[in-house]
Amino acid sequence: MAEAHSKDTVDSRADDAIESLAARFPGLESSTYRGQVRVVIGAGVALEFFTHLKQLGFNQLIDVTCVDYLEYRGATRRYGLVYLLTATGTGRRLTVRLFVDDPEPAVPSISGLWRSANWLEREVWDMFGIRFIGHPDLRRLLMPEEFLAHPLRKDYPLQGRGERHNFPVLTREDG
Amino acid sequence: MAIAPDQVTRSSSSGDGVREEDYLWTLNFGPQHPATHTTLRLVLKLDGERVVDAMPEMGYLHSGFEKIGEHLTFNQYVTVTDRMNYISPMANNVAWHHAVETLLGIDLTPRCKVIRTIVAELARVSDHLLSNGAVGLDTGAFTFFLYGFYQREVIYDIFETLCGARFTNSYTRVGGVSHDFTPLVIEKIRTFLRTFPKTLDDMERLLTRNRIFVDRTKGVGVLTREEAINGGATGPVARASGVTRDLRKDEPYLAYADYDFQVCCAAAGDCYSRYLVRMQEMRESIRILNQAIENIPSGEVNVGIEGRLALPSKQQVYSTIEGTISHFELSMSNRGFEVPREESYAAIEAPNGELGFYVVGDGSEVAYRARCRPPSVLHFSLFPQLIRGHTLSDVVAVLGSLNIIAAELDR
Amino acid sequence: MAIELPENVMVSRLDELASWCRKNSLWPMPFATACCGIELMATGAAKHDLARFGAEVFRFSPRQCDLMIVAGRVVMKMLPVLQRIWLQMHEPKWCISMGACASTGGVFDTYAVVQGIDRFIPVDMYVPGCPPRPEQLIQAIIDLQDKIQREGTITGREFDTSQRQLRKRALVDVTGVLQVDAARNPVIQRELRFPRSESRLP
Ligand code: SF4
Repeated sequence: MAEAHSKDTVDSRADDAIESLAARFPGLESSTYRGQVRVVIGAGVALEFFTHLKQLGFNQLIDVTCVDYLEYRGATRRYGLVYLLTATGTGRRLTVRLFVDDPEPAVPSISGLWRSANWLEREVWDMFGIRFIGHPDLRRLLMPEEFLAHPLRKDYPLQGRGERHNFPVLTREDG
Repeated sequence: MAIAPDQVTRSSSSGDGVREEDYLWTLNFGPQHPATHTTLRLVLKLDGERVVDAMPEMGYLHSGFEKIGEHLTFNQYVTVTDRMNYISPMANNVAWHHAVETLLGIDLTPRCKVIRTIVAELARVSDHLLSNGAVGLDTGAFTFFLYGFYQREVIYDIFETLCGARFTNSYTRVGGVSHDFTPLVIEKIRTFLRTFPKTLDDMERLLTRNRIFVDRTKGVGVLTREEAINGGATGPVARASGVTRDLRKDEPYLAYADYDFQVCCAAAGDCYSRYLVRMQEMRESIRILNQAIENIPSGEVNVGIEGRLALPSKQQVYSTIEGTISHFELSMSNRGFEVPREESYAAIEAPNGELGFYVVGDGSEVAYRARCRPPSVLHFSLFPQLIRGHTLSDVVAVLGSLNIIAAELDR
Repeated sequence: MAIELPENVMVSRLDELASWCRKNSLWPMPFATACCGIELMATGAAKHDLARFGAEVFRFSPRQCDLMIVAGRVVMKMLPVLQRIWLQMHEPKWCISMGACASTGGVFDTYAVVQGIDRFIPVDMYVPGCPPRPEQLIQAIIDLQDKIQREGTITGREFDTSQRQLRKRALVDVTGVLQVDAARNPVIQRELRFPRSESRLP
């Protein structure tokens, strides 16, 4: 990997953050893959956890997304949310995972903490149908309002269910 | 010039019996409007000419890129990434395979790293030419735009010589690139590097101190540093607001650690500083390119056949047994390469900001999930905040300076 | 009785004359959504210069145009907009579908992308390529000019395309349950309120 030479420093810096987090939230699961530190939290402590992270200096929320583990071999929980955070001061990165299940998957919204969460959460709602409790304006972001399915779920086919051709046809005579 | 929105509403509600609805009017802007450049829609609430509020809407080009990513192999999906930010496709190619290689743990050859750096920087130049050109176009500087577009044609020409396509390049491959640099390409890039700074000087002379342009962009659409960080802005937009973050320096990938260049920042955070940052970044890109093009390491461009990742060269396939086996294994649909059952995120500093991919591998050659982190989405979500209190004619200047590309916005 | 014609007078059919005028002053309406739009821009810009073929007057108001160039993919959310713009254009009007996406959906065979705009609006000319080179678009415009000269608009022969369109529509496989809420789709609603003919209802 290109950043091989800087890997060690990244690791140790991120470790500090993990230690202080583990002290505050006992039972935190963390893992590292290719220098990227990931922690798994429960939906219950999410708000408190993210508030704490923000105080630790993780001031930028890079991305909120989700993975549907429906067809993933050996997976036990269905939706895994991914929060990517960066501390712009030190350049540290942290990946936070949060798992929820059917039916009615819902997690607390963090749009009060980071503005960027607003649209990213709307996108996750649109694509996966995960409700963000406390979100100020949870509408579809990408698909039309009258669309009913959540297309990035694994049980939704790539070609859709015919919605894309559910339109009236205009011919020459209509001009 | 700028009136805070709360002032507007306060003065309105204090009048006797005059309600906001009586004089505020709504204007629909887009999705098919020449000044949006792309397909996005704004619903503006106006008090006369002043914008009181804006409601952005997107999704008019949502084509399910991420869903396709779950059905195409790592090498096939690169064609789709071309169509993401279609004014700098090379950068998307590099970003996608950078993420895949992070997941797979592949170490590129030195030559490949330098080649990718060169094409990514060329993409940055062509992107900034168009985005600054569009700001110029929208504020009335048509010549400036044509200057920029002409140089883009030169870059298209380089890419066409390199891989046969003008801008849907699909250039990178897992562990390498599709075509090695030929002497002709290097010569073309050298010529470009010789002639381009002159055009850049001309462009600066045309616009940077042009009174009309400065009046229309200075102090318009101010994004403060805190807002930029909190709103997730990256790239030139964040740097124009004083966020000194550039992934090329902070998390050096490819060969960036070897080059001497500066991170361009500005403090004001208005449209004018975003323009300046982009202009300056082109100069820094030229610096990187100059250093890189003269020092391309020799050797193989793709990782070796032992790794079973990149297709071996025809020479190897026809003359060595290992080459034949490797070619065969890679072409078989049930063989392919080993992918860990892991997930990782890797980003590069694309022209527009941090462009990253969150890739989940499930052991097969097809990503289980290929999430693209698009910089445009977060920049567009900042828009209402930037435009409040300005006039209707500033809408296009702010939109242009954010450089929102619908295909990347909606994916 | 034969009419004596002065030397500098030519006799033509009115239809032909009208077509000749029309073909040489096409005003395109660029409906550029995606990457193909960049090539459309390049076609109009300095190097390729569409003005040589009398079709450079790009107008963004559908009321002023008679040639719609759909450049780029059209998705579910955009299709009603496209249809509305098509209806707003005055007759005579033509449509060029530029690029693989606009013609067939291209690489995007996904839930959101319309697989060819000719399923929903009439198309006169298809330009293959992803993206087509500017030269190809220019060729398409020249071919369209030929077509305008040959067919005219008075004979009504261009209505043939609607038959073709219906045939293609018959091939559309609408599987499964419709997921669109018809009550909230303005285009479907209008269709229901003002039914035009049985065969065209979705
Ligand atoms: S045909 Fe190709 S270039 Fe044109 S819009 Fe589609 S993907 Fe883009």
